[in-house]
Amino acid sequence: MRLLVAYSFRNLLTRRLTTFLTAAGMALVVFSFASIVMLAEGLQRTLVQTGSADNVVVIRKGAGTEVQSGIDRYQAAVVESDPEVAFGNDGRRLAARELVVLINIPRKGTNSPANLIIRGISKSSLVLRPQVKIVAGRAPKPGLTEVMVGQSVVKRFANTGLGSKMNFAQRSWDVVGIFDAGNTGFSSEIWGDVDQLMQAFRRSVYSSVVFKLRDASEFPRVKERLENDPRLTLEAKRETTYYLDQSAALAKFLRILGMSLTVVFSIGAIVGAMITMYAAVANRTAEIGTLRALGFKRSNILTAFLLESLILGFLGGMAGLCFASFLQFFTVSTTNFQTFSELAFGFALSPEIVYKAMGFSLIMGFAGGILPALRASRMNIIEALREA
Amino acid sequence: MVDAAEVIVEIRELSKSYRRGGQSVPVLENISLTIHEGEFLALMGPSGSGKSTLLNLIAGLDQADSGSVIVGGVDITTLSETELADWRAGHVGFIFQFYNLIPVLTAFENVELPLILTSLSKKERRRHVETALQLVKLADRMDHYPRQLSGGQQQRVAIARAVVTDPTILVADEPTGDLDRGSAEEVLKLMERLSENLGKTIIMVTHDPRAARRAQSMKYLDKGVLANAPEATLAECF
Ligand SMILES: Nc1ncnc2c1ncn2[C@@H]1O[C@H](COP(=O)(O)OP(=O)(O)OP(=O)(O)O)[C@@H](O)[C@H]1O
Ligand SMILES: [Mg+2]
Repeated sequence: MRLLVAYSFRNLLTRRLTTFLTAAGMALVVFSFASIVMLAEGLQRTLVQTGSADNVVVIRKGAGTEVQSGIDRYQAAVVESDPEVAFGNDGRRLAARELVVLINIPRKGTNSPANLIIRGISKSSLVLRPQVKIVAGRAPKPGLTEVMVGQSVVKRFANTGLGSKMNFAQRSWDVVGIFDAGNTGFSSEIWGDVDQLMQAFRRSVYSSVVFKLRDASEFPRVKERLENDPRLTLEAKRETTYYLDQSAALAKFLRILGMSLTVVFSIGAIVGAMITMYAAVANRTAEIGTLRALGFKRSNILTAFLLESLILGFLGGMAGLCFASFLQFFTVSTTNFQTFSELAFGFALSPEIVYKAMGFSLIMGFAGGILPALRASRMNIIEALREA
Repeated sequence: MVDAAEVIVEIRELSKSYRRGGQSVPVLENISLTIHEGEFLALMGPSGSGKSTLLNLIAGLDQADSGSVIVGGVDITTLSETELADWRAGHVGFIFQFYNLIPVLTAFENVELPLILTSLSKKERRRHVETALQLVKLADRMDHYPRQLSGGQQQRVAIARAVVTDPTILVADEPTGDLDRGSAEEVLKLMERLSENLGKTIIMVTHDPRAARRAQSMKYLDKGVLANAPEATLAECF
């Protein structure tokens, strides 16, 4: 067995250049597959981490997202008075009326504008989002035209640093704080006082009410109560579900794109591997005859060549994954197609992606190697020996 | 020739033809031949007379049309392809004109190759390989790859590979055909020693009278039948 592996491996080493080129072709396929799937994974992780399982987001029925939603003051008060809303240390209910609007401001460098989420927040908003940490300055004060800005926004948009003045909704807003919300969607938002923002944007309704459950397992009952309340036309989602739903379509799109691209590219890589392996079989015809004469069976020959091609696939897969894993150091931004706002997120590698990519490259190795290996195993001994 | 020795190869009315363009071309016709244990036999004859074909049939590489080949009591013409493979692994040592070593394996690994088909342990395999390489005086080259060895040395490694399983017969098709005179001499001396000192049975196809001279006996094949060797050939050989 050891000798068999050494035999296959050294044959690959002997024709270094073709091995390298063939494995590189496979690596490219694995890389493109892994990178697209990692993108989907990263997007989903970012959006999932944005929410907390014991928070409930209430929006207008059928709105889908906060941007399209509207909740008037009366409805908001009804929601806040639900008996399952948790209380904070100060005895106040942990519920926040929030406003979400999109503004269009220029990106750094290119100056081309992009949509950003402005979130109007209430007193409890920060308590409800413990993942949001103010890293510089302070939170905007109620009643003032102040905002704080997420770190991804500061990195990617012009004139959003601490102390700058931002102009939107016909007012000038002081940036008084920078917050870090880790790897979540909040990092791509700007937060200000909800009442100030409602006035400035001339809105009369909130976008959502977010509250914390006293008991996370009570959610199904709370949802039923709120959604069947004749005074309300609202729907309630767990915050995690709310953000996961936003990512589902795009992540699915990316995964399907990744899969289809991979299937198309892999045909090229498989053909490449097949050409290499056919050439190897042709070059080693006499060797095959010799091995058969020595008593090795057709199945041994098949195994040896298939193993060679599987090693080729394995090397390609490892190389592709290795390069893809470097992508984790990059952050990309995309439009969240649910809200059409900019969202920053990273490539994320998961064990599942590693298994899939390696499985994929082994399948490529197998598909490329099986026909040449069959040819090798079917050779007539005497004719093969005559090739010497 | 040692008359008292046991018969190790018995060929009875062996025929073989190849199909060429819908026509059957006879290559071997009704060959009958016995080879004794420990015999060193040279098989001579003009090109195309069927020497390699006969050797391949004795070695279990090819299928006969009719007749039987009995080696060490086993009629190998009745064996299936997989049975033949197992039989070759245990009973035949091959020496080829172009050595046929595996280029990516070292001398040691090349000699070890036929042993991985046996049930020997790693340690026993090592011992066998070392003995075989010592026999061909190449123990100091066991980590060399074939391309690092001369033609003569490669052929000696091939001989070590052929004897390492202690086979019933050794078959050699033009073993000196690709060697210069000096290397050929060395290889022939080695084969002579295998026959005389170790009692190996060797069947060697050759064109070279000097090679045939090393053998104990000679058979001459002409157009697929055993014949008397022409005077000229005999004179050269003995
Ligand atoms: N696979 C085959 N198909 C058709 N004819 C073949 C085949 N193999 C051998 N022959 C023919 O059989 C005859 C004997 O071939 P063989 O190789 O046994 O000769 P040989 O005596 O070994 O010759 P040489 O000294 O040149 O090696 C030749 O005429 C050859 O053309
Ligand atoms: Mg021949």
